Amino acid sequence: MGATKTTVVTSPTLSPTGLRFENIDKRFGGLYALRRVSLEIAPGECVVLAGRNGSGKTTLLRVAARIVRPTAGKLSFPGASSESAGSGRPGYVAHTTMVYDELSAEENLVLFARLQGVPQPAARAEELLREVGLYERRASLVRTFSRGMRQRIAIARALVHRPSVLLFDEPATGLDPLGISWLAKSLSEVNCGGCTVVMSLHGESEISALATRAVQLDAGSVVADTNSGASLHSILTFGGA
Amino acid sequence: MSLLSNTATLLGKELRTEFRSRELLTTTVVFILVVLILFSFAISPTTEESREFGPGLLWLAILFAASLMLQPCFLREQSNDTLSSLRLAVDDPFAIFLAKLIANTLFLLLTEVLMLPLFAVFYNIAILPKLHYLLLVLFLGSFGISVAGTALSAISAQARMRELLLPLLLLPLLTPILVVSATVSVSLLDREPIVQWQGIAFLAIFDLVFLTALWLFGEYLLEE
Repeated sequence: MGATKTTVVTSPTLSPTGLRFENIDKRFGGLYALRRVSLEIAPGECVVLAGRNGSGKTTLLRVAARIVRPTAGKLSFPGASSESAGSGRPGYVAHTTMVYDELSAEENLVLFARLQGVPQPAARAEELLREVGLYERRASLVRTFSRGMRQRIAIARALVHRPSVLLFDEPATGLDPLGISWLAKSLSEVNCGGCTVVMSLHGESEISALATRAVQLDAGSVVADTNSGASLHSILTFGGA
Repeated sequence: MSLLSNTATLLGKELRTEFRSRELLTTTVVFILVVLILFSFAISPTTEESREFGPGLLWLAILFAASLMLQPCFLREQSNDTLSSLRLAVDDPFAIFLAKLIANTLFLLLTEVLMLPLFAVFYNIAILPKLHYLLLVLFLGSFGISVAGTALSAISAQARMRELLLPLLLLPLLTPILVVSATVSVSLLDREPIVQWQGIAFLAIFDLVFLTALWLFGEYLLEE
């Protein structure tokens, strides 16, 4: 199992990249999902987004991943050497796996590695499969995987191009305690390697313990932003209530 | 270079998933087969009638089969949100369209090549004398259907009533291509075959115009 062994899963030569949201609005029809969100996330920070269901966490992460275009405002990646370079693209884990059920775990990772110009995609896929503890099941179709295994392959897909920014939307979903420990260790390693991590979480866990800053959203607006221990604990404990 | 290599990678994925599941090909082949057989019994055509009506029926069957084939093209990217992961991974979203377009054209052509001998037998039409021109018309017609269909499939996949929307948008848009393809095919399968170059040129221009529009505006069709 990958939980027993962790290695650095991002490039050691990562160019530190931050995130800057400037007055971001996102409207779906008449409904504001985000309202004038301004945030500056420094390179190498580990930020937790907290808030109730529907507060805008997922939309903010999707805007950051450039999957959703903001209605107004500007998103930039300070420090990114080139936006088109592989590691300049954020790695994103969503509620869904974002991989193909009809392909095997290995085929999925090789596909996304090739698309992002990762050198030696097969070797990278093998490295990640060992990392996430799915090497033995590499030839199995993803549709045969359990929820936790699907989450592991989703995380591996997000890491395949050694991103300098990681965006995780409730990454612990479906993982067993061993899996959560593995994810916490892996995130800690990539964060220490200079990778900026932004994740949405509910409640405190081994993963939230990595956070150096917590941002609370409510009705699409930032209502709290702290990096002090007690406030951070308070947001993580009660922010998602 | 990135566009071509990404297109090739995505095309490989499209072909692999289809030949593994055979969902689209099976549906399309069975649909065209049923239509051709039913019509051949229904109108019991003589050779002259076959020459007149056969190509039109063939193109009608191809069009309806294509609308069945194109429906899941982007719809099956929705269940696991794989479209988002593709958009995150590629530099140029046109690669996503191009791969799907080439795959759809290949699937459609494969179905047509399988159906042509049966069409010749059921409708008692000699297709060999002008086969190369017929294949050219089939290619241009199928490519046109695929270009327009792939674009509309991307639009309809994000809409409500998506199952109804694609045929509603697709059939009127493809009427010109259906009429011209059928007319050119009738001329080619006539007792004294004629190659209607004007019709062939129309098909080529239709394909080119829609491909250019897809290249220019395709990115906006993928947005949430």
